Amino acid sequence: MHELSLSGAIVNTVEKHAAGRPVNVVSMRIGALRQVVPDTLEFYFGFVSKGTVCEGARLEQELISARLRCAECEREWEIELPVFMCPACGPSGRIEVAAGDEFEVESIEVEEAECIAQR
Amino acid sequence: MHRTKVKIVEEALDANNTIAQANRADFDRADVRVVNFMSAPGAGKTALLERVVADLPGVRVGVLEGDVQGSMDADRLAALHVPVTQLNTDAGFGGECHLDANMVRSALGELPLDDIDLLVIENVGNLVCPAEFRVGEDARIMVSSITEGEEKPLKYPLMFRACELVLVNKIDLLPHLDFDLDRFLYNLDQVHPGVERILVSAKTGEGIDEWRDWLVKVAAPQEVGV
Repeated sequence: MHELSLSGAIVNTVEKHAAGRPVNVVSMRIGALRQVVPDTLEFYFGFVSKGTVCEGARLEQELISARLRCAECEREWEIELPVFMCPACGPSGRIEVAAGDEFEVESIEVEEAECIAQR
Repeated sequence: MHRTKVKIVEEALDANNTIAQANRADFDRADVRVVNFMSAPGAGKTALLERVVADLPGVRVGVLEGDVQGSMDADRLAALHVPVTQLNTDAGFGGECHLDANMVRSALGELPLDDIDLLVIENVGNLVCPAEFRVGEDARIMVSSITEGEEKPLKYPLMFRACELVLVNKIDLLPHLDFDLDRFLYNLDQVHPGVERILVSAKTGEGIDEWRDWLVKVAAPQEVGV
């Protein structure tokens, strides 16, 4: 359900960088820990982007697996379930998220008008 | 026309976080500590606030009440003679399901920051979106009531990880439900190992003293250089 507000955040971020140019593609990097449903995000993005530079743009979503690191033993591992405990150190290990909490606009593809003066 | 790829690499919520930091700076200037109070609808946020806001030793409390519509919760708290500011989210996109930093910023002018030490921001009831949006708080507290079931931490890890305190509410119902408290706490520790938790009942008052002490601790002036 947070895909609606997240779509708004994407459009705001893209608008800042597009500087009025129409956007064809928005490429996102999305970590598994953000619990984003790709189809739902795409649906809301299409809806929220209406009337903005993003209208009609394709949303590309690169999904990043969640990886944790234990600060005690420096082990790093991938998780599929939300279990934030070091398999070796147990509850005493201090866990850091190495990857998987991204929600980044990685790049956009915009349309530029040909600039005659540069020829 | 030709196409150009523009590299950005920017967290899409950076804009919200920037505004949240501005809010935080304004709260700090006014020497007001802020908690963001979150839960699913009906977990008992307002009832738990009713138990403590009028009775925090040495701490003047204000409440910013976020709701999609209406002022029922704000009215309940105002009855306790605590300054309450209502923030309805329905002016936005069909009623936002959470407060974001900008909404809180828009209410700053209406908050009696000079007359309070602690601002409790009661977020819109929702276990998903509020976890994504910082609003400029010092601490985040969530309420999980036992009627919601043991598996909630596993289903909503974003929320259960995005808080410094979990209040486990409606504990008076334990004898009447199939709720397995040990299982819930085990799940909580899987998702957010060691997070502070207090078992409370807004109805009977169990755990309320501890909850009150926690808020007083947050509101206490930060000791510097000790």
